[in-house]
Amino acid sequence: MPKDDLKTGYRIVGTRPDRPDGLDKVTGRARYGADISAPGMLHAAVVRSPHAHARIIRIDASKALVLDGVKAVITRADFPTGLTGEDWNLQENTIAGDVALYDGHAVAAVAATSKLLAQDAARLIEVVYEVLPHVIDVDAAMQPDAPVIRAGTADHSVPEGMHPNVVKYIDFGHGDLEAGFAAADLVRAQTYKTEATHQGYIEPHACLGQMGADGKGEMWVCTQGQWYIRRMCSAVLGTDASQLRVTPSEIGGGFGGKTTIFMEPLALALSRKAGGRPVKLVMSRAEVLRATGPTASASMDVKLGMKADGTLTAAQVNFRMQGGAFIGSSPVGEALSCALACYTIPAVHHEGYEVLANRPKAAAYRAPGSPMAAFAVESLLDEMCRELGLDPLAVRLKNAAREGAKASYGPTYNRIGLVETLEATMAHANLKVPLGPNQGRGVASGFWFNHGGETSVSLAIGEDGTVTVSVGTPDIGGSRASLGMMTAETLGIPYEAVRVNIVETGALGVNEPTHGSRATFASGLAAVEAAKQAIKTMCARAAAEWGIDADAVEWIDGAAAPAGPNAGKFPPMSIAEIGAKMGSTGGPISGHHEVTAGGFGASFGAHVVDVEVDPETGRTTVLRYLVVQDAGRAIHPAYVEGQYHGGAVQGIGWALNEEYVYGADGRLQNTVFLDYRIPVASDLPMIDTVIVEVPNPGHPYGVRGVGETGITPPLPALANAIAAATGARLRSLPMSPPKVLAAIKAKANGQG
Amino acid sequence: MSKIHVTTTVNGDPVEFLADPRDTLLDCLRDQLGLTGTKEGCGTGDCGACSVTVDGVLVCSCLVLGAEAQGKQIGTVEGIANGSELHPLQRKFIEHAALQCGFCTPGILVAAKALLEQNPDPTETEVRYWLAGNLCRCTGYDKIIRAVLDAGAEMRGAN
Amino acid sequence: MVKVNLWSGLRRFAADQTVVPVEARTVREMLDALTAAHPALLPFIKAGVSVSVNGQIVTDLNAPVAPEDEVYLIQRIKGG
Repeated sequence: MPKDDLKTGYRIVGTRPDRPDGLDKVTGRARYGADISAPGMLHAAVVRSPHAHARIIRIDASKALVLDGVKAVITRADFPTGLTGEDWNLQENTIAGDVALYDGHAVAAVAATSKLLAQDAARLIEVVYEVLPHVIDVDAAMQPDAPVIRAGTADHSVPEGMHPNVVKYIDFGHGDLEAGFAAADLVRAQTYKTEATHQGYIEPHACLGQMGADGKGEMWVCTQGQWYIRRMCSAVLGTDASQLRVTPSEIGGGFGGKTTIFMEPLALALSRKAGGRPVKLVMSRAEVLRATGPTASASMDVKLGMKADGTLTAAQVNFRMQGGAFIGSSPVGEALSCALACYTIPAVHHEGYEVLANRPKAAAYRAPGSPMAAFAVESLLDEMCRELGLDPLAVRLKNAAREGAKASYGPTYNRIGLVETLEATMAHANLKVPLGPNQGRGVASGFWFNHGGETSVSLAIGEDGTVTVSVGTPDIGGSRASLGMMTAETLGIPYEAVRVNIVETGALGVNEPTHGSRATFASGLAAVEAAKQAIKTMCARAAAEWGIDADAVEWIDGAAAPAGPNAGKFPPMSIAEIGAKMGSTGGPISGHHEVTAGGFGASFGAHVVDVEVDPETGRTTVLRYLVVQDAGRAIHPAYVEGQYHGGAVQGIGWALNEEYVYGADGRLQNTVFLDYRIPVASDLPMIDTVIVEVPNPGHPYGVRGVGETGITPPLPALANAIAAATGARLRSLPMSPPKVLAAIKAKANGQG
Repeated sequence: MSKIHVTTTVNGDPVEFLADPRDTLLDCLRDQLGLTGTKEGCGTGDCGACSVTVDGVLVCSCLVLGAEAQGKQIGTVEGIANGSELHPLQRKFIEHAALQCGFCTPGILVAAKALLEQNPDPTETEVRYWLAGNLCRCTGYDKIIRAVLDAGAEMRGAN
Repeated sequence: MVKVNLWSGLRRFAADQTVVPVEARTVREMLDALTAAHPALLPFIKAGVSVSVNGQIVTDLNAPVAPEDEVYLIQRIKGG
């Protein structure tokens, strides 16, 4: 259902060609983080704290260093001092200083001539700890008796009198809250909790780093952003960013978790200490789960006011989130900003606290903060619809945010597609499928801002008229294809005539990572502009040859042609002809575009899930799943569907299975995939999708960015479906079989 | 610790390597033989990214010792295509957009090939249960299942 | 005067106002005028805020702002 403000009828945009890296990826040739070796290479292993909170009294590496083949051991003493702000956080998280702040926190690292030797040596490094009291739960960390993780961390936003673990405070809103609640026929308030989950990319973090005593270095690494790796490693090591050349490998999933550093500076520091020999460092799965970016855990209060006809009159949210032992790592600000973004409500107020806990430093995870917020708000909305006997989708449509309305986070919305998304959802056949006993249907909406950001793209015309595009955003889910398609569309040449390369940090200006659903949006926008620049040059070359004014030449179907009969009668000059003689017509032809891209457009989604809950075991089976989301424009619809599928299934995992389980000792209990259970093929049905296209006016092809919104609605949609199936309302995640069973029993005993 | 001399066959080619007694078959394939198409996602047999066949039996190569490969026939992702001619599964994975990051893809292709060799006409449910030991975090499995079913149909000559 | 909407948590750093009128022709001048009038806002501005002009996030400090524009400071958003 395109609502086109922009041109339609594209040659390539909207088709489904093979992805350019497909062949490498089905034959095993694609090279990921751990797949590269270098001459003289050493292997590294990391010593990690077994305690959630402990003072490091002494590190003795003498037994490791006497082993033949052990080349270097590093501790925090090998890193510069005096860092501040987020740089200090990154350094402290890379390798602990005086205190280990969570189970799995790195305290030392060793490089040796083989992987097994490095692991043996790591076990011989003796660390003496003084165990300190710890706190894991976000609400517990705010209590007056909670152990103080790091006094003085709180920023200027925190009102006086709060526990030192409360490090940020946010509040915003508009309208008269009291009047709004007074105008409601029904006011309800509830508290919700979500546990931390991990991005769960299948490829563990891996890098190969080399650095000499002169501070010049190179790194091969699986990352969402090679310039972030460069800047962050350089800050942690005290070296110059431009002296480190970072090449991104193929990346085996990221979902936000590979937008930052965790162990990369260790490889470089070990290399520097081992005479500049390259050092390979590959995490184990347990290291990934213990020490890399989970998302925050959350505790959330929501209060909504609704009229009998479903009109929302007021909303108040209060969220508490921990993002580990480091300030600025929780997505509480994002969670608040997303919480009520789907609705137009006259009075809203948001309040949030970021809290420190003895957990790993949280990293971004797909629409950071939005899934938790949606779980709380969309669950309560559903409860109130049921209480008032209203259709939950009709209520969402009645209150839907739309163009010209004031967003819950302040500004006025431009063109957005929530109404179209909800209408498409309500029209879908899945809603008419009858349900049987123990089955229930749940719906929910979701929102993500999307992002533009720093972007630099170059494009070069080859001698045969084919084109290479150099981009800085690693391809996680098919962006080479979408970028190649937009470039080919703009140039009027075949898709196959374009090669898109993801390049190293020396080849372009600074690029932000592939994050914020921005690769197809921002690199696409820059690639289109770079192509237009090259077209201008090619038209000028043709004009010079024809002896006419450059303005009298236009670009049609991959060739320069006189613009109208007055410009002169010349046959079109193709890109291949122009490329073949460019050396003698003024030199190589390229296009380049650099921008901090604004103009990104929010993407809204709505999900509908049918479940069956086994009343004997509490196990939830997903019978049917529908994702409807506004893509703006689907450049390559198959990869847009892929994002919808993947987001939905990650959300299903978060809703039903996944959680960080801590023991009383503060140690993570589930550090392997057997215990940290992500969805498997037999858990799921096919995922139905509808791509709504309300083009984003801020992009030449209308792209909004589709990667993140899809993980947002599943959490509440599943809770709402389980409530419909069982009558039991679960307000904490995950809704694992024991918890669902307990809720069903409590309901039967009249406690629900 | 002295190393063990292992003589084996990988994708039809005779190979030999020296394995530490603690080295897994996965380590040996990747580090000794340079066959890095087989991936390590967990090292505990939970994710299936390291799936290979040993004498035709589908296994996680992270759970097999390198020394155990002695005298066996090992099959990896690098051996699925016949020269430059892709196996139908490989073609269908590209055609159906059944991969996003592609890291789980080698293991899933090896596992799916083993399935179709033993059950040329699996139902969707059979494919889902067969691949339940191969984790994919990107795709939600939808397009993977479709690609496997379509490859099976093509191999049966059904389309 | 450009009317800058602050989030309400900033009110106590801006003499209890949530809408601060400033003389400015660009985003840079707007932020400078804001912190000149209310120095307590400086740590927040330095820590990073997003500026929304007429519903679009504006990243260029030289971008123009006019009295009729809707201007909001909002929490900086990180993506996954």
